[in-house]
Amino acid sequence: MALHILQPGALSTIQDLGRKGYMKDGFPQSGAMDDYSLIRANLLLGNDKNAAAVEMTITGIRAYFDAPCAFVAAGGDFGGKWNQTPILPNTLYQAAEGDELSFSAAKSGCRCYLAVQGGFDVPLVMGSRSTTLKCKLGGLDGRKLKKGDVLPIGEVKNPTKGSSFLNPMPDGEIIVRAVPGPQDDFFTEEDLNLFFSQSYCVTAESDRMGMRLEGQPLQSKNGTDIVSDGIAPGSVQIPASGQPIILMADRQTTGGYAKIATVVTSDLHLLAQAKPSDKVRFVRLNAREAREALKQYRAELLIP
Amino acid sequence: MTETYRLLPCADRAVTVEFGNTISEENSAKVAAFTARMNQFSLAGIEEIIPTYRSVTICFDPEVLSFSELEKTIQKAAKRQARRKQEKKRIFILPVAYGSEFGPDLERVASCAGISPIEVVRRHATRIYRIDMIGFLPGFPYLSEMDPTLETPRLASPRTVIPTGSVGIGGKQTGIYPMESPGGWNLIGRTPLLPYDKNRTPPVPYQTGDYIRFLPILRAEYERLEKAVAAGDNIIPWEEG
Repeated sequence: MALHILQPGALSTIQDLGRKGYMKDGFPQSGAMDDYSLIRANLLLGNDKNAAAVEMTITGIRAYFDAPCAFVAAGGDFGGKWNQTPILPNTLYQAAEGDELSFSAAKSGCRCYLAVQGGFDVPLVMGSRSTTLKCKLGGLDGRKLKKGDVLPIGEVKNPTKGSSFLNPMPDGEIIVRAVPGPQDDFFTEEDLNLFFSQSYCVTAESDRMGMRLEGQPLQSKNGTDIVSDGIAPGSVQIPASGQPIILMADRQTTGGYAKIATVVTSDLHLLAQAKPSDKVRFVRLNAREAREALKQYRAELLIP
Repeated sequence: MTETYRLLPCADRAVTVEFGNTISEENSAKVAAFTARMNQFSLAGIEEIIPTYRSVTICFDPEVLSFSELEKTIQKAAKRQARRKQEKKRIFILPVAYGSEFGPDLERVASCAGISPIEVVRRHATRIYRIDMIGFLPGFPYLSEMDPTLETPRLASPRTVIPTGSVGIGGKQTGIYPMESPGGWNLIGRTPLLPYDKNRTPPVPYQTGDYIRFLPILRAEYERLEKAVAAGDNIIPWEEG
């Protein structure tokens, strides 16, 4: 049982929730940029929340099933069609043998996840099926999908649960919460205030490694170079340009720029769906409030 | 005992334990001892422990491991370090063919230092280097205890492709490119062994705090080892020091 790729889209990769425990050896974690969409889709399909799906970026794939299979296209609305019938995002469908799926391009959001019941069963590499392009690791031979690829589908373990879920895509300005640090002391109070008040613009240089933003530049008081330290998910680096880079799923493990703040886990999926020229504003939380936000987020993920 | 570190929060799922803000033997020793203690505790809920020159970043799940419990463990691990016994060193031996197409920047490093290429090789290969940090790429070791006379500025314009196993000098440090990658370090040689092999367990054999020694080899030996690696012999030898 498999999904056969007829058109791969611009950048489609296999992702689960990422490769954990190897950052000490220099491996990026990778994993779905929008973990919310992946987890909700997997729960709907009765999958383990970590099951692997295809992550499409801006443009979609065309593919067919060689056996009956339940599927969900979660996240951005990519104008999906099941044979010739339009489908809704974040909704469960049951395809028959030979059925074709086609996605055009993002009408909302930036990424769409095609998840199937049983998950895509590519080999586990160091505990994960996620693709890390830079390291040619995981997924399908460590690369993005291409025409003619055959993605094996795993065994169905549980029945599907429900029919659809709510997953609004960002529209207008995206508000993300962030905690100052680990190097907020490299910045003046004015810089911190500017960072937490201005509206930033997402630039076209953004990718799975980092979201590059543009706004009124910050000026750190000690220069922005530090002796490299470890990088947490959502770290906001400020290089010499004074323009923020939010480090995402494929981020490097260590870095030498001062990090003014760290975006909370529960808001990273909003950034994952931001497109170039979308607006982003940061709201300040403390670390305790951020942990509270994570608790709420995890509860939300389980709401049917 | 007074606390010798700062706790820097990274939102909800990580914290950086900072022992200093410079590259020094003292900071590296603190990082190594602290990391070893944290690994011994092997607390449920810890997802990553990332040691660097001067700090350790810990990623955790706050719903499995509360922050206050993690804080207490960090305190314990930092206190115990002074009493930790000196453990034996693991020294990994990397055979390296220096110069020619293996190290196209050997001449540049030599002229920068005002010495002969062979003297560069001697100074580079007679040291035992502590791995201060692994980062940038899987298995890329940052080795800061290089002979200071070999310091060479990074290339003005980085190469787009550097072959796997290349040994480079970037400023005051030396290191190894474990996979093909762009990069701006001066390439002085290449090892036929694979510092990173996804099909080996573990894929990267050494860790921060281990040591590396370079063993100069000639082209014939490079080619012999290259064939052995291609045939599946992917072990990087190490000795106790």
